[in-house]
Amino acid sequence: MKRTLAALLGGTMLAGFAIGPAAAQDVVEIDYWQYFFQARVDAIDALIERFEDANPDIRVNHTHFPYADYRTRVAAAIPAGEGPDVVQLFYGWLFDYIDAGLLQPLPQDVFPHGEIEAEFFPMVQAMQVDGEYYALPTAVRSLALFWNKRMFDQAGLDPDDPPETLDELMEVAAALTQRDRAGNLTAVGMTAGMTAQDHHWWREVLVRQFGGQPYSDDNTQVTYDEAGGLEALEFYLGMLDPEEGVSAIGFMDEPQAAFRAGRAGMHIDGSFRLGALRGTRGLQWGVAELPANADGVRFNFSSYWVNGITRKAEGPKAEASARFLAYITSEEAMQLWLEVVGELPARQAAALTEANLAHPEFGPFIRGLGYANATTFVSEGQQRQLMVDMIDRVLLEDMSPAESLQIAADAEQALLDDFYGN
Amino acid sequence: MVTGFYHRMSISQKLAMWAWIFLIPAVLFYSIIRFYPTFNSFWISLTDWDLLSEANFIGFENYARMLQDPVFWKVFGNTFAYLFLGTPISLVIAFVVAYYLDQVRFMHGFIRALYFIPFLTTAVAMAWVWRWFYQPVPIGVFNNVLSALGMEAQPFLRSTTQALPAILAPAIWAGLGFQIVIFMAGIRAIPDSYYEAARIDGAGKWQILREITIPLLRPTIVFLVVISSIGFLRIFDQVFNMTPQGDGGPLNSTKPLVLYIYETGFDVFDMGYAAAQTVVLFLILLVITLLQLRLLRAT
Repeated sequence: MKRTLAALLGGTMLAGFAIGPAAAQDVVEIDYWQYFFQARVDAIDALIERFEDANPDIRVNHTHFPYADYRTRVAAAIPAGEGPDVVQLFYGWLFDYIDAGLLQPLPQDVFPHGEIEAEFFPMVQAMQVDGEYYALPTAVRSLALFWNKRMFDQAGLDPDDPPETLDELMEVAAALTQRDRAGNLTAVGMTAGMTAQDHHWWREVLVRQFGGQPYSDDNTQVTYDEAGGLEALEFYLGMLDPEEGVSAIGFMDEPQAAFRAGRAGMHIDGSFRLGALRGTRGLQWGVAELPANADGVRFNFSSYWVNGITRKAEGPKAEASARFLAYITSEEAMQLWLEVVGELPARQAAALTEANLAHPEFGPFIRGLGYANATTFVSEGQQRQLMVDMIDRVLLEDMSPAESLQIAADAEQALLDDFYGN
Repeated sequence: MVTGFYHRMSISQKLAMWAWIFLIPAVLFYSIIRFYPTFNSFWISLTDWDLLSEANFIGFENYARMLQDPVFWKVFGNTFAYLFLGTPISLVIAFVVAYYLDQVRFMHGFIRALYFIPFLTTAVAMAWVWRWFYQPVPIGVFNNVLSALGMEAQPFLRSTTQALPAILAPAIWAGLGFQIVIFMAGIRAIPDSYYEAARIDGAGKWQILREITIPLLRPTIVFLVVISSIGFLRIFDQVFNMTPQGDGGPLNSTKPLVLYIYETGFDVFDMGYAAAQTVVLFLILLVITLLQLRLLRAT
């Protein structure tokens, strides 16, 4: 891996020197920014190299820095005219960026709306604001159910037959749960914790599966406090019963830690977890689609990082930026991203290939994209915390689930009102 | 021209000039790195700056919002809980240890080093180790011990009542070494002749402690109260690292003011509101420091 990287870097530098003097006057330089995550950096470096080979008149400077500083630096740099021409941002930040005037609409001659709507997965339409698209993803993420084959085997279950429905999920989880003589959990059937991916599972999957809808169609109203929400909450709390539950919040500190340590039978997580699990010794695991409800209906949650063109890019730079953005959101780029980063292609044609659909690890995630919804967060961290607190009020303060749900819904509605200015 | 001017200066003027030249780096550093941001945050606290858009002046709206924010009052209470539990407990333990350690000759240096090492350890690493100590069975040391003794497992960090003391414990432990060393220096500074005189007059151990040692340690105690109060009022590392996602939970039961400021500023990007809370923290620290300086002067 390291050697290929070095070769790649060397190649890029040589190519730079070779074309540098000859084409110096005509080369347009643009800046691309993303946060640091090794696989993402490798993938973009490889994409830039291919792009520059095909477009010798454009040079792309790739800058990355730690996630913790990312938002602050982008916000400080663009108004000062110092920042990127093409920038990667979390889809949930789009409204903030547009409000602050950091992004320009994507040129329709390069990115026709009809093509975006026909070729990308439907949740990408959330990137359209006031009739203009502002950003497009290279890759998307969805959720799936991981299961521990060895624990299935030990509990006398078929290690190649993961649960298909929510009822089966709970039965299997009960069979996998282990307690010591004092009643303390020593292995959980299913991990739990709203701090991880469960708040997405609850919001976009369980609420819908119990007949509700998390938000109104225009995303300005919380609607999970109406039908379905309470049942979904009670289902989730059912896993956490102190005596008969199949899970506990904070078991082994973190859900993914419990699963990797072989102390959790099942675990819901994103495709980005695949890399870490592949490297875990002694863990035999499989991955399946999220369980369906009693009527066989499935939902999934999708999130993604998008690329947009900033206000800083003008004239030839704007044109070069559009070409670069078109390349990194092409099918070719998406397949490379899937192989290097493990995130799923955002174009249906690239994702739904036979090889990808049948892939034992990517397959369940990609099938999940077909029925996935993306939450339009106004402040993801705060909205997640509301879910954490909703569960804790019931578990730690003996509040009734209905009351706790109402408090969460009211608090979230206040966040939405504040954001949309109602 | 310039040299002529320099030669016409008196020695004291030259001294003053050189003093200022050498002071300039520090003065510049403090005014640019410290005072300018401090005064700027007063201004930010009167705006609705969200990092991305232009700041608009909104008067005292952020302060009015603070008065009505239940989370603010919760973290305000927590901050003082850390202070009023942490300072006396750590001072009493540190004094008792220092008092007896002073009388120990056997492996004195080694034992003192043992107490001092936590003070040198990174707070983040220590917080994570303690976080794992507090885990439920099967990985938490404390609960495994309780379970082996046949006692009921405790929720520790998963309880709204136990979590704050559970987080305070490593914070106290980490600061203990420093306080012990300062106390011992204070105890050693009391002349032996006072004790001899007291013993000749027939004073008992308890009486000597109450009438001589503690009164003469007053400057030391005041110093440690000031230092450790400021420390507990600014507690952050332990809470941030011992609660999931650094959320100061469960249900805000462990969140101190500094963590709430951090969240407001760097998660929610509500810089104006964060700055307003910072001003409040600044005022609290100012009042406490002035009070304690007055106490010091009284000695």
